Amino acid sequence: MNDLEPAANLERRDFIKCCLKAGAAAAFCGGLTAWRYRSDPPPLQVASANLVRLPDFSVADKRALLAIVTGAERPRMIETALTALGGIEAFVGRGDRVLIKVNAAFASPPLLGATTHPDLVAAMVRQCLGAGATTVIVTDNPINDPASCFALSGIEAAARQAGAQVRLPRSADFAPTTLRPGALIADWPLLYGPFQGVTKLIGMAPVKDHHRSGASMIMKNWYGLLGGPRNIFHQHIHRIIEELALLVKPTLVVLDGTQTMMRNGPTGGSLDDLKSTRTLIVGTDQVAADTVGAGLLGKTPADLPFIGRAERAGVGHSDLSVVQVLRASAD
Amino acid sequence: MKIQTARSLSQVFFSVLFLWFCLVSVVGTEWFRIRGWPVNWFLQLDPLVAMTTFIATGHFYRGLVWSLAVVVPTLFLGRFFCGWVCPFGAIQQALGYLAARLRPPVDRPRYNRPHWAQRIKYMLLAGLVGAALGDVVVKLVLLQGSRLLVPILLGLVLALPLLKKFIAARQSSRLIGAGTMVVFVVVWAGLRRFAPDTAWLQSSVQIGWLDPLCLLERSVNLVLLPVFDPAGWFRAGGAQVTAGAWLLGGVFLAAWLLSLRQPRFYCRFLCPLGALLGVLSRFAVWRIGKSQHDCSQCRLCESHCEGACNPEGEMQVAECVLCMNCFHVCPQDLIGYRSLPSAAGERFTPDLSRRGTLLGLSCGALAVPISRLGGNLGRGWRPELIRPPGALAEPQFLERCIKCGQCLRICPTNVLQPALFQGGLEGFWTPLIMPRVGRSGCQINCVACGHICPTAAIRPLDPAERHGTGAFAEVGPVRIGTAFIDRGRCLPWAMGRPCIVCQENCPVSPKAIGTQEVFEPLAGGAITITAVQGAELQVNVIGPQLLGLGAGDLFLQWRADGDERRARIIRIDERQRTMELEPSQFEPPRVEQAAVVQVHLLRPVIDPGKCIGCGMCEHECPVSGRPAIRVSAENESRHPRHRFWGG
Repeated sequence: MNDLEPAANLERRDFIKCCLKAGAAAAFCGGLTAWRYRSDPPPLQVASANLVRLPDFSVADKRALLAIVTGAERPRMIETALTALGGIEAFVGRGDRVLIKVNAAFASPPLLGATTHPDLVAAMVRQCLGAGATTVIVTDNPINDPASCFALSGIEAAARQAGAQVRLPRSADFAPTTLRPGALIADWPLLYGPFQGVTKLIGMAPVKDHHRSGASMIMKNWYGLLGGPRNIFHQHIHRIIEELALLVKPTLVVLDGTQTMMRNGPTGGSLDDLKSTRTLIVGTDQVAADTVGAGLLGKTPADLPFIGRAERAGVGHSDLSVVQVLRASAD
Repeated sequence: MKIQTARSLSQVFFSVLFLWFCLVSVVGTEWFRIRGWPVNWFLQLDPLVAMTTFIATGHFYRGLVWSLAVVVPTLFLGRFFCGWVCPFGAIQQALGYLAARLRPPVDRPRYNRPHWAQRIKYMLLAGLVGAALGDVVVKLVLLQGSRLLVPILLGLVLALPLLKKFIAARQSSRLIGAGTMVVFVVVWAGLRRFAPDTAWLQSSVQIGWLDPLCLLERSVNLVLLPVFDPAGWFRAGGAQVTAGAWLLGGVFLAAWLLSLRQPRFYCRFLCPLGALLGVLSRFAVWRIGKSQHDCSQCRLCESHCEGACNPEGEMQVAECVLCMNCFHVCPQDLIGYRSLPSAAGERFTPDLSRRGTLLGLSCGALAVPISRLGGNLGRGWRPELIRPPGALAEPQFLERCIKCGQCLRICPTNVLQPALFQGGLEGFWTPLIMPRVGRSGCQINCVACGHICPTAAIRPLDPAERHGTGAFAEVGPVRIGTAFIDRGRCLPWAMGRPCIVCQENCPVSPKAIGTQEVFEPLAGGAITITAVQGAELQVNVIGPQLLGLGAGDLFLQWRADGDERRARIIRIDERQRTMELEPSQFEPPRVEQAAVVQVHLLRPVIDPGKCIGCGMCEHECPVSGRPAIRVSAENESRHPRHRFWGG
């Protein structure tokens, strides 16, 4: 009998208990709905919340300085150049964390000159550590597979042996940055991870032919700090190089024209593409450095519109008479 | 130590070793990278790999001689490899063990009874061997080859038992026998007449579908490691992508999880390697057996049996995987691993008739021409089948590739991907290049895939050989395809935007992508000069399209003295409506003069004579969906008939 009519047998207490439970569940559902209710639809694109910004790494009293050294042995040349500039100590001091942005774009051996020469990287790392830097980090976001690039270019082995850390880019290393509203670099991923705690930045690049922009040197080399589908900016190559030069304020730049890739750049691939030009440019003025580099390629600043653009934007000088130029030989 | 403990330790050891070899199959110089680790060792131990590639090619390639280390002991000891070494067997056994624990003990023997379906694996083995036999059959039928003696002797040996029967038979049987012989000769003659024109039977190594080591190697390399290592810590190059991973993963899970249904399901019913080892153990000197016929029939041996080989009755030697579980569980201690026959009887040959074998062989051999009837090796070849550099011509490639996925794992750029239907059914899970999927195109200085390939389906290239330099200068570089520009999608061709990222990234020297220089009038670029101050011009209008491209790529063109004049615009000021021209030998345009703003474009053009098909350009093309420059396999050096370019 009871089995057939359980409802009839409900005690009042049971009834209230059931009601309370059901009511609590209903209140929970209603409350959750009310709490998370939203009438406006979500935006198509979610703007990045935490934009990062590269700090200014330049040394205040060392602007517009350039050392041009001739020779054939890169380690000696860079030593000579730094001595001419007042020693590495003028730029890197005790306790500094130094980041070296090399050009490791391609999985190509050092012989072919498409990447920063490992001897040069090693010499620079030793200089920085000798000056008391606690850490030296070598990084780049290459075009080819990063591990292959750093291994084949010889940069990884040379940098490690000299005592530096090599940082291959990982997806978590990229954070969005904006140069200014309306710029090409707006909410765009930047290789920011390796910059944690970094106090000094050194850019090191070879002088290379580049069909689209005319030349790939110091300012173009900052391209390797961008992530994302960055090659869409090739449509505005001179503008993006100008923006990169504005974005990055390095402590020191090293432009290697010991050998210059005269054609078939920026990949090269044959020794025939290289010419011995026996020049190393070290300084603090990116525009001036690229101007000297342009000369090694047999070009003038007028052939490379990004130089003029960067100069007008206030990055540096293409007029070498305004820059303090120190010449030396390391033969 | 009990012998099962030793067996378990052995299984764990080899499974860990297998996993370790998978993990270290990454390009690099550290001790935990590839270096000298014999990462192909398990595949090389596999007699099925060695045998089928031998049948198809006539050679045992390099490390495949290791298979002797399995074949010879198996002849004496039985299927020790299955029970003691095979890592796929081990993980199945582990799963089957767990599942058995959940069943009531009284039920357990039922799952380990010999089952008729155990013969399926022998059929599959016969089919796979049959598929590899094509070339041999053709050689025999045509009596080809430098030494005629070999096929004739072989034929005699095969015919001998028939002949003996023929002599011993009664008269009516002799008539039937003679008739069969005549039919046989007629068919042979017919084949000899027609076969040469059609290359009717061809060898194809298809063991990769089912061979347990290929299956496990492939699944670990392409699915398990990428899934359990999403950050790519064990790969050095970041996260891995596997095209069609759903199918690879599905097949692996199905093959493995079926052992929940029945212990060692795959080993018992499907594994062609187990079948081969079963055939090889027909002379086994030592095998499991009972010392007296009658026992208490407690079935304890059967409830622990891994091979479903009937240890308490007529022992099925070919099915026994030497798990040794029956030893210690026998309460009367009747079971041992001995050189004496089992007192309860034993059966060495697999449960498959001669007719069944012949049927399997023929089906396998016929499956190859049927699969190729689609024309995928002929006129109907698929241009998206871009094989890695060093891959042999397709028929030879298919005689060697075992779908193990080693090349896909080692590829530093992840550009090498398992094929689905691009290579036909036979080419399933074989390597092909997908430039868009990888982290870059196929790197020009890399020869890793050929050097890991255990069967030389991809030839181990010297870098000079790949580049076509030094001793290989006359042969030229190894081309895997050609890039084609889609002018309807290419920015400088179709939309008047400067780009040439493809040209920049072309790794060949001199570059295989050249450029055509053009100055294209900008839409809305017709302007009038309102004032001139040196090189600075005041103009009537500056439209947004000018600002979109910006100075550097824009030029101003005007006419003076009947000639065209052109100068680069180096600065544009929108608010002042001024532009500055680069200083040149020309007088700047006059006031009130009409002029046109042009965009300076370099349009990419491929030189097929230089292009090697590496796909760097396709990978880097900024048209992010379907790229404007795409590689397909035309002009690949491995197939001279896929050329479209003379010279």
